[in-house]
Amino acid sequence: MSPDTSSNLAPIGSAIINPDTLLELSTPSVVVPTPQFRLGPSPATDVTAEDAPNDVGGAIVVNWKPSPDEGAGLGSVTAYTLLRSTSLSGPFDTVGTMTSGMTSFIDGGVLDGVDYYYIVDAISIVNGVAGFMTLSVRSEPSVAVQSHAQWFHKGRINALIAVIILSGSILYFITQAKSGRELFIRKIAGLEAVDEAVGRATEMGREIFFVPGIEDMNNVQTIAGVTILGRVAKMAATYDAKLDVPVRRSLVMVAGRETVKEAYLDAGRPDAYHDDMVHYLTDDQFGYAAGVDGMVVRRKPATIFYMGAFYAESLILAETGNSIGAIQIAGTAQPAQLPFFVAACDYTLIGEELFAASAYLSKEPRQLGSLKGQDVGKFFILAFAIIGILLATFNLLDMSHWFTVN
Amino acid sequence: MKREVPLILTGVVGVVFIIQFFIPHEPFHSLADVFSDWFSIIESCAIWLGAFNLIKLSMDRLGRRILIPTVGVVSLALLYGIIAAPGFLQGQLPLILFLMAFLLLAAGQYSRSKMSDEWFLSFSTIVSFVLILIVGFGFSAGRRFLEPGTSFDYLYVNVYSPLSSTMFAMLAFFVASASYRAFRARNREATLLLLAAFFVMLGRVPLGDLMSSFMPEGARLSNFADWIMNFPNAAGQRAIMIGIALGIVSTSLRVILGIERSHLGGD
Repeated sequence: MSPDTSSNLAPIGSAIINPDTLLELSTPSVVVPTPQFRLGPSPATDVTAEDAPNDVGGAIVVNWKPSPDEGAGLGSVTAYTLLRSTSLSGPFDTVGTMTSGMTSFIDGGVLDGVDYYYIVDAISIVNGVAGFMTLSVRSEPSVAVQSHAQWFHKGRINALIAVIILSGSILYFITQAKSGRELFIRKIAGLEAVDEAVGRATEMGREIFFVPGIEDMNNVQTIAGVTILGRVAKMAATYDAKLDVPVRRSLVMVAGRETVKEAYLDAGRPDAYHDDMVHYLTDDQFGYAAGVDGMVVRRKPATIFYMGAFYAESLILAETGNSIGAIQIAGTAQPAQLPFFVAACDYTLIGEELFAASAYLSKEPRQLGSLKGQDVGKFFILAFAIIGILLATFNLLDMSHWFTVN
Repeated sequence: MKREVPLILTGVVGVVFIIQFFIPHEPFHSLADVFSDWFSIIESCAIWLGAFNLIKLSMDRLGRRILIPTVGVVSLALLYGIIAAPGFLQGQLPLILFLMAFLLLAAGQYSRSKMSDEWFLSFSTIVSFVLILIVGFGFSAGRRFLEPGTSFDYLYVNVYSPLSSTMFAMLAFFVASASYRAFRARNREATLLLLAAFFVMLGRVPLGDLMSSFMPEGARLSNFADWIMNFPNAAGQRAIMIGIALGIVSTSLRVILGIERSHLGGD
């Protein structure tokens, strides 16, 4: 099927003089036939279109070979306009305009299952008989293409394999732990000190402050922080120590209250629990830091826990706690904040230790099994790192793309 | 049921998010969006819980004293009276702020002599809360309260921002005190840290290059500082980040499978 040149689709290789875009003079629109009298530059060629890969549908990727007349100045192609139609005979609607040098465009405005044709106009400005004029030189149309949603993201096969291996090993060790197998877990100094820290607060008759980070409950670090809060609250209830949990997010307040309430119930001290133990300060980052700092300076708690996601306020909090001589145990998975906590706190749970803390403190076999499963993941990563370094050093194989997730 | 329903919800939402990462097809793509939207909706509604909790705690503290409610009501009425004068607000905000600061300071002095600091802070919280509500709802052109020139914007720019910046600026002093403690050469590791910090800090300022200008281009202090940051430091950071990633997978799996339930108030 050949294009119908009687419509508003210009003859292939011809030049359309567009009166709307004349720079200096207004003249009637002129279609100058080629090749007898060719005004414009060469068109883009090999326009191809294909369904955008690994997406939810509704997108088509269009590629073309650039005009050999790309460049700067009069007569050169300085831009491309992509046009789309559901029929080869048109009409074609403008989808987008790109500067010269671009050879690809993702059209995200299409319907799944509908045939689309694309053409590319090469745009140039020439000094013609009527003055400066914009010329559009039209390419051959692409073949029909449809967009579809994909059932699997092929760029993430490596991630799927990694998830299967890691999840499989974690589930395997959970099963092993449930069947009674003894699992060795290395000692974590920061968590060994939790008992001591809670005991110290009890002896001194001062409070324990627990700061569960400044992120909301959709952050896994906050979830880890709240799980540790449950363990600490149970110890506090057992020792009859006073606990105060200032929070920055309302949802963390609600979750924290439930956690502390259950911990006090488990410890057989429901009478010692009251809602105001977990209270909201403010959503503002530095307002929260100022609020906690004020509480620390006024009430001088014996022990402060910082468990969760922290940003610039980490050092402001930890240094204030340090200044009043509190035992401070911090844990975060924010690499940039770790040095601050290491400098200002007595113990710091570094990265993965924060996530291991709940399992470690609970001593529950199933949870400890999951920690063992993590070690298998570490083993694989270490093995691949060593093999990859050796292969890359001797220029045998570059494995880096194996680990790239799109 | 109190624990089962949240556990089922957590499991379903967690599995959907995992599936949509690998399967871009509907309905998983839309479901993930729906769940994200629901989180935003719940989060937005929950902010009132926090606000009411803050006010309740502040009122509780104020309510313990006999004279306090009187002082609070009189102060608020005074503030409201000044603010409510038609056309008065825009040009007189500095005066209002001055008056508010004066009232707060007076209350602070009073609380120091008679009561705890907590009383003063609770009083300030209530006064500020009411003031912002009045200014925001009543005198800031309705829904356009965030636009420059409104009274709310005035308070934001002239009160909130400087206070926030002040807290942030304190970080510089805390960094100095923490560095002083961290860089003391108490043992081998701390000495290594001290040396690394010394070279990085010196390499980051022009003085470092000036001091090492006699050395070849690649061996100057700035290059050495870059080397420390790009190799030993990056290697350490990456090791920590790999551990964090594995920890997140493990924790997520425990939460999704319901093995970890202490955040829901279980063992």
